[in-house]
Amino acid sequence: MASLNHPADLKYSETDEWVRVEGDQATIGITDYAQDQLGDIVYLELPWDAAQSVSHEQKFGDIESVKATSELISPISGAVTRVNEELKDHPELINDSPYEDGWMLVVKLSNPAELDRLMSADEYEKFLQGR
Amino acid sequence: MTAQDTSSLKRTPLYEQHRALGAKLVEFGGWDMPVQYSSIVDEHRAVRTRAGLFDVSHMGEFKIEGPGAAAFLQYLVPNDVSHLAIHQALYTQLCLPNGGTIDDLLIYRLADMHYMLVVNAANIDKDFAWVERQAKHFQDVHVFNQSDATALLALQGPAAQAILQPLTDVDLSSIRYYHCAPGMVAGVNCIISRTGYTGEDGFELYCAPVDVTGLWTDLLNAGKEQGLLPAGLGARDTLRLEAAYCLYGHELDEQTNPLEANLGWTIKLQKGNFIGRDALLQVKEQGPKRKLVGVELIERGVPRGGYLIYENDQPQPIGALTSGGPGLTVNKNIGLGYVEAAHAVVGHTVQIDIRGRRTAAQIVALPFYKREKQ
Repeated sequence: MASLNHPADLKYSETDEWVRVEGDQATIGITDYAQDQLGDIVYLELPWDAAQSVSHEQKFGDIESVKATSELISPISGAVTRVNEELKDHPELINDSPYEDGWMLVVKLSNPAELDRLMSADEYEKFLQGR
Repeated sequence: MTAQDTSSLKRTPLYEQHRALGAKLVEFGGWDMPVQYSSIVDEHRAVRTRAGLFDVSHMGEFKIEGPGAAAFLQYLVPNDVSHLAIHQALYTQLCLPNGGTIDDLLIYRLADMHYMLVVNAANIDKDFAWVERQAKHFQDVHVFNQSDATALLALQGPAAQAILQPLTDVDLSSIRYYHCAPGMVAGVNCIISRTGYTGEDGFELYCAPVDVTGLWTDLLNAGKEQGLLPAGLGARDTLRLEAAYCLYGHELDEQTNPLEANLGWTIKLQKGNFIGRDALLQVKEQGPKRKLVGVELIERGVPRGGYLIYENDQPQPIGALTSGGPGLTVNKNIGLGYVEAAHAVVGHTVQIDIRGRRTAAQIVALPFYKREKQ
């Protein structure tokens, strides 16, 4: 786990998503730990039409690695404003660049207080060690 | 993604090597096994284009010996053991009297009255109990479970022979497919078998557990220049899926007979009596009720074992997938599954229920992938 990267400026969920907050907008993706656990990602289902909203601790998509299917759980609530269309044909971007090219959604926060329930990078790494 | 207590799992002699190589370990049939070292995709491609080295020491090996061994095996399995030449191998099954499959296995004839059965790791205890019980009805047969005294490496891929040849005096080009030869490899006493589970050319090397660490290391070093990678069970599964080889517990189980699984070519009803013959004869005469088919997704999505198969827009399923995933060489999302025999028609379109969404797929000819003969 030593080589995994969990940037200090992000917030983390217990279901291995990260959130980057800029004003009232939040970008969501999955953590380096999650992509490493999943292995090669081959397919993704996201709310592609962006005219949807996501809810705190509710499923917002599915992610398929070579081996298995996993659910994507939203750490926050809000209306989806952007979806990373690149991931449709290049889901491997999540493996290569989980925090930059592998971002999934941008959401307009409807309940910023939800951010307080997320973990810091240090807390997330401690959480992973206890798994 | 939760950690599990792995302390009760069995380990192959190469466990520490796998950890040192950074492998991800998973439970498989009661064993703590490497699922991948670098990436399943990279390991899969290495086997298709160069070579991969698998530790499959978890597999079980039984020795069947004595003047009555041939007659016993001829009764034990549906394939015809009587024509097996010394140093030849045969694919077959252990069947229940009702035709259900206890396991699928290889039988090697190592010497005149000396055979080796190679069975699936998860079934070792069940199979050995079955074989031992059946052997009681036969004279002059001795059965031994040699699983803990046997390690097994699989070197698979188009570069396998070129990598292995410098390590042995045995002329590898003289070993034909489904044949073997005893010999030294890198100073280790082995049975060198031209077999595998990947759809590529390659070898399986049986040796003593005490020797396997050195053999593993020497093979990895010998193959470095040709791009040999250690490969885990993840790639083994994606490779065998493309080659449409059955995996016990998925395509085969005690509720499934080999005729349903397209293994009719291994069922020799004319050879005389064997366990399951009456039931299999009846299935053959009446035709199997369901058949194993290959499906390829037309729409986006990844099929997986357990997903239901439907005729277009019908409410009742016609079958279910037993395996599925991305076909990493054929570049399609593929699956194996059973459908009612009337629906087992290549070219027909069906629907796979992927988490509630009916997804268009087509029944296609098997295997999904076949290597070009050299």
